[in-house]
Amino acid sequence: MNDNIKSIDLTDRVWNFLASVKLSVVLLLTLAFTSIIGTLIPQHKETSQYLQKYGEFWHGIFKTLNFYDMYGSWWFQFLLALLIINIIVCSIDRLSATWKIIFPEKPVYRADRFRKSEHRQSLTTAQAPEAIQTAITGYMEKHFRHSRTERSESGYLVYGEKGRWTRLGAYVVHMSILLLTLGVLISSLFGYEGRMNLPVGETSSTMILRHSDARVALDFSLRCDDFSVKHYPSGRPKEYRSELAILKNGEEVARRSLIVNDPIRYQGFNIYQSTYGRIPGDTFTLAFTDNASGLQINKKASMNEEIAMPGGKGTIIVQDYSNNFNFRGHNLGPTYLCMLIPESGDPRPLILPVEHPNFDRMRQGAYTISIKDLEYRYFTGLQISRDPGIPIVFTSFAIMILGFIVTFYMAHRQVCIEVARKNSGETAVLISGISPNRRPGMNMRVKRVAGSIERIIAQRNNS
Amino acid sequence: MIDSTSIISYVTFIFGASALFYAIGWIFKSKTAGNLGTAAMAIATAVNVGAFILRWMETYWVGYGHAPLASLYESLVFFSMTIGLIYLFVEYRYKFRTIGVFAALSAFLALAYASLPSVGSQIQPLMPALKSNWLIIHVMTYFVGYAALTLAFCASLLFLIKSAGKNPDTGVLGHIPGFKALDDLTYQMVMLGFLFITLGLVTGAVWAEQAWGRYWGWDPKETWSLITWFIYATLLHARLMRGWEGKRLAYLSVLGFAAVLFTYFGVNLLPGLHSYL
Ligand code: HEM
Repeated sequence: MNDNIKSIDLTDRVWNFLASVKLSVVLLLTLAFTSIIGTLIPQHKETSQYLQKYGEFWHGIFKTLNFYDMYGSWWFQFLLALLIINIIVCSIDRLSATWKIIFPEKPVYRADRFRKSEHRQSLTTAQAPEAIQTAITGYMEKHFRHSRTERSESGYLVYGEKGRWTRLGAYVVHMSILLLTLGVLISSLFGYEGRMNLPVGETSSTMILRHSDARVALDFSLRCDDFSVKHYPSGRPKEYRSELAILKNGEEVARRSLIVNDPIRYQGFNIYQSTYGRIPGDTFTLAFTDNASGLQINKKASMNEEIAMPGGKGTIIVQDYSNNFNFRGHNLGPTYLCMLIPESGDPRPLILPVEHPNFDRMRQGAYTISIKDLEYRYFTGLQISRDPGIPIVFTSFAIMILGFIVTFYMAHRQVCIEVARKNSGETAVLISGISPNRRPGMNMRVKRVAGSIERIIAQRNNS
Repeated sequence: MIDSTSIISYVTFIFGASALFYAIGWIFKSKTAGNLGTAAMAIATAVNVGAFILRWMETYWVGYGHAPLASLYESLVFFSMTIGLIYLFVEYRYKFRTIGVFAALSAFLALAYASLPSVGSQIQPLMPALKSNWLIIHVMTYFVGYAALTLAFCASLLFLIKSAGKNPDTGVLGHIPGFKALDDLTYQMVMLGFLFITLGLVTGAVWAEQAWGRYWGWDPKETWSLITWFIYATLLHARLMRGWEGKRLAYLSVLGFAAVLFTYFGVNLLPGLHSYL
């Protein structure tokens, strides 16, 4: 029995804790401050870089606290989850009360609340209360959704009210945050992203996933017909443009230019212009310079082809190409790797860096061999992704903005006009207003109503 | 031919003069000085708007043709313009001028900063990632938000100045609007600012999805704008709790503004995608 009460007490306390605005204030501030960490410590870098930058001791601490993948860390995600739980519990906790406020069976107005309001204006008139009653009720009925007149000892009170429903605005905002969370969850569970480097003229349907480097076959393929880079006169890049064709079952179904900021959307996939690069063309020229005479002989060559050296000195096979060939710690840049098979003796490797035509002198053969007339081909670097969370996330944005407009710019307002005969025989008109959900600007509204009432009374005076 | 950059250097001084007039009007309770402050503010803002439009045209004359919202310099010019516009509206609505000192000073400082050689006022062509209509919407909404939050900060500052005095209702402090009115204005401006920085955050996400294929990436500028957003969300909720009024809310508004400043200027010291603005 006793235990039972205690446990109810505890659940109540947990519930109230999770429903409190105090918790949300603490959480929001904590999220703000902890988020700073990830902007000061570079995220997702190599361990060696961290060790060099922070030293053994701090690296150990940072690693334990997950500071290198801060926004994905268990504790940051926990804070976010707690905020979401806070929103849910708080909404459930308050919705029924708010509902009763918004849709009351019979709204109750308490005159003393208005008399105590800080937003007040008063005026006096020589006309009797009854004489101006229809004018005032008419005004209130016109400008407020609900209005009601009540008798008082020496006159009457006219209440006017509007905007009860705007109290739902905050709930709309909070729901939009839940929807946003759902969208982000779907993005992270079902979304994926990869890249495809596509040389001009080639077709591919394989992309390489970003995090795992796994290859994924798409059920359509892309062909790059052209790629171009434009520059401004100052040399800044102006435009990267790929001409792409989409093929389905080998048949072309669409053709489009792809530029940055204008992705292609196709069957749930988004295709972005991401990078570009160059690869060497298929054919080039091998130049053989006779070290004795200086005479040069050129021969056309292509990959994996056997080329006979001048003067029957043997054959060369071009075997491989590297964009950044590393030779004893030096980066030689784009380099062809070949095998030289002499007339007699063992085959030996031949290194031909494109940008260093004299490199082969080192070998001290009869000829110095170099690469000439190399033509490059562009490849376009595409980023391809699929993210079913996007429509949900963007919808939540729209709802959130709508909720803000309702909460911030449409208010629940109540105005009371109290008309009473004074002992002096004059009539006192007291205009007061309350914003039950404490919106600013009530003072201004009350002044405006008072101005209108004054004008209405003055008009009656004249006529 | 006179260009927008030299017009802006005049505007800087008119904002400065406005701040001075407002200050004199406040301290000596001089209506004439106050009127001069308002006049200078109105002129500076109007000419600032003109210079903004002129610069837009200039981008076409040099052959690039884009909204002048693509560099730090251009954003500062737009920022001072929005501060002027929102402030004038507030002055008209609330009928008090002490805030004008800080509003005009903020606009003056923004433009003084813009005139530094390191900021660079040349018209630059847009790089491919910036060529988007979202650039205009994103930057405009953010800076309307920032301008409103700057005014919230000015009101909070006045609140703290007034509450620091022994006799807040007499002398120079007495010329400051009442606590209630300042609190009201802070809240009003935070609501406007919060709405617009949310619009900025949201349009930024939509744009990032188009340009980079992701709507959120925790890059430092994004993260700092989220930090700012969290702080102002805190302020809005703190206000709902009894006991969190007046000074404490003013401190939160100052904290939020510090986050705005860091998001705007400080993040460039950190590495990230947004480093161009
Ligand atoms: C990032 C998350 C949040 C955002 C953007 C947000 C936004 C808002 C906004 C804009 C308002 C209206 C404020 C005003 O009228 O001045 C509001 C009200 C409110 N929020 Fe939040 N909120 C968030 C999280 C939370 C959480 C976690 C709670 C949990 C307790 C909460 C509880 C409330 C309550 C109780 C109100 C007042 C509702 C009413 O007036 O009936 N909010 N929220």
